[in-house]
Amino acid sequence: MAKLLKQCKLFIQGFLLFNLLWFVASILMDTNVVPNPLDIYQNISSLMTAEIIIHILYSIKRIALGLVMSLGVGVPIGILIAYSKKVNKILYPLIYLCYPIPKSVLLPVAMLLWGMRDGSKVVIIFLIIVFQVIVSVRDSVVTIEPSMYQVMKSAGAGRWQIIRHVTMPGILPQLLTSIRISLGTAVSVLFFVEGYGTEFGLGYYILNAWSRINYIDMYMGILVISLMGFALFILIDLLSNVLCKWSSIEE
Amino acid sequence: MLLMENVCISYKNKKESFPIIQNLSLSIQEGEALVILGPSGCGKSTLVNALAGTIPFECGLVDVMKDQLKQKLDPKIHRIGIIPQNYGLLPWKTISENCMLPLKVRHEKVTNRYKQDTLKIYESLNIAHLLDKYPKELSGGQLQRAAIARAFILKPDLLLMDEPFSALDAITREEARELFLNLWQENRPITILVTHSIEEALYLGKTIMVMGTNNGEIKLMMKNPHFGKMDPGTKEYYEVKHLLREKLKSSNGKVVENIGKIIKAM
Repeated sequence: MAKLLKQCKLFIQGFLLFNLLWFVASILMDTNVVPNPLDIYQNISSLMTAEIIIHILYSIKRIALGLVMSLGVGVPIGILIAYSKKVNKILYPLIYLCYPIPKSVLLPVAMLLWGMRDGSKVVIIFLIIVFQVIVSVRDSVVTIEPSMYQVMKSAGAGRWQIIRHVTMPGILPQLLTSIRISLGTAVSVLFFVEGYGTEFGLGYYILNAWSRINYIDMYMGILVISLMGFALFILIDLLSNVLCKWSSIEE
Repeated sequence: MLLMENVCISYKNKKESFPIIQNLSLSIQEGEALVILGPSGCGKSTLVNALAGTIPFECGLVDVMKDQLKQKLDPKIHRIGIIPQNYGLLPWKTISENCMLPLKVRHEKVTNRYKQDTLKIYESLNIAHLLDKYPKELSGGQLQRAAIARAFILKPDLLLMDEPFSALDAITREEARELFLNLWQENRPITILVTHSIEEALYLGKTIMVMGTNNGEIKLMMKNPHFGKMDPGTKEYYEVKHLLREKLKSSNGKVVENIGKIIKAM
């Protein structure tokens, strides 16, 4: 609880300072490209319409699909690589190669293969998250104490019981950390992937306002997508506090 | 009774395999504790690992005789309790969850009677007030007692211990040994304790075996008249201690060579 309060304080401090800088910039630059933040906040009530909610939901749906797919593929592969020398030998070079490639440049390929609709959008988000997941799962499985397996095996535990009681909880803290980081990238890539083949999503909302030279709307879109990124960040943090209570205990 | 006949275990890599233990035969009677004393690298931990089911026996037979019935040792059938050197408690489970985990894994019903026995074990090890804590919140001595509790709660047919007291400071270690011995006297599972401490062997071993470095040869096997006595200071005690030390020393030479071989192979 104290941690939560501290985070709130941090958020408010950062938020105030950010707006102060924005305000000063808007006065100094004196152009409608950088509007006064107060104008934006005055329009907030008009923003909270059903329309923007739909945009938010579309964006969240794409991110959630990408995330679920990455977990479904990345967690088993990460575990397999960590436990099987053979699989590691085959797959690790591939992952080593692909990990640093900026996934958003594959957008044209994804569009050609999976079309202009949600397919290519989700695939790009999937690609951004999945490698992070694989690498973090693999790294954290390797750090699990061998004596835990010993205890489980001597008790007669089978493979799935070991995965359930030892492997999964063991990888969770680092997995959540890497998801938190890669979700940030996924949100930023919404801007690209929602720029085509759709009329919904926050990326589309911003680009649309931009092309209409409606800077107030554009800034509101930017504001909302930032808040969404922040909310996802906090959500994963809270989830980690609840699920990995044990890992935050100081020794 | 635990019966091992011509058992061998090897360390393997892709190209070669190195025998760690070859043709080891021994038996432990019901209610007995065997302490295996040996220099590091002699293969005593390997033997514990194999009995625990984490590495395979390459040849030989390991059987458990129970109620006139001879059965191959199998973690799924027999209750094997283990107290590893660093306790092997899962950091994401509370102490009581950790202690009950082996039963949960075996899908065993915990009756009220069982619960009472469990409670008794917690109390005799003085950890009843720590049950809802996570391992990270406990001291080394408390973790050690939790690991002992977990092993005894299972009511093991076979209890394996791999240098279980070596990570503790001297005073905590003595306390832990004493608590362990009390509990052991009440339950008396077949026990194999592996250590390099002669004092520990003399205190906790009904039988003491000194293992050499030559593929797990038995250098010495003796009944221990000093079981359960903390250094009585008698002449006989020191004679036995001296004998064990000599046997340990004479088995030390080959270790370096063996380890060298294995490192090279890696």
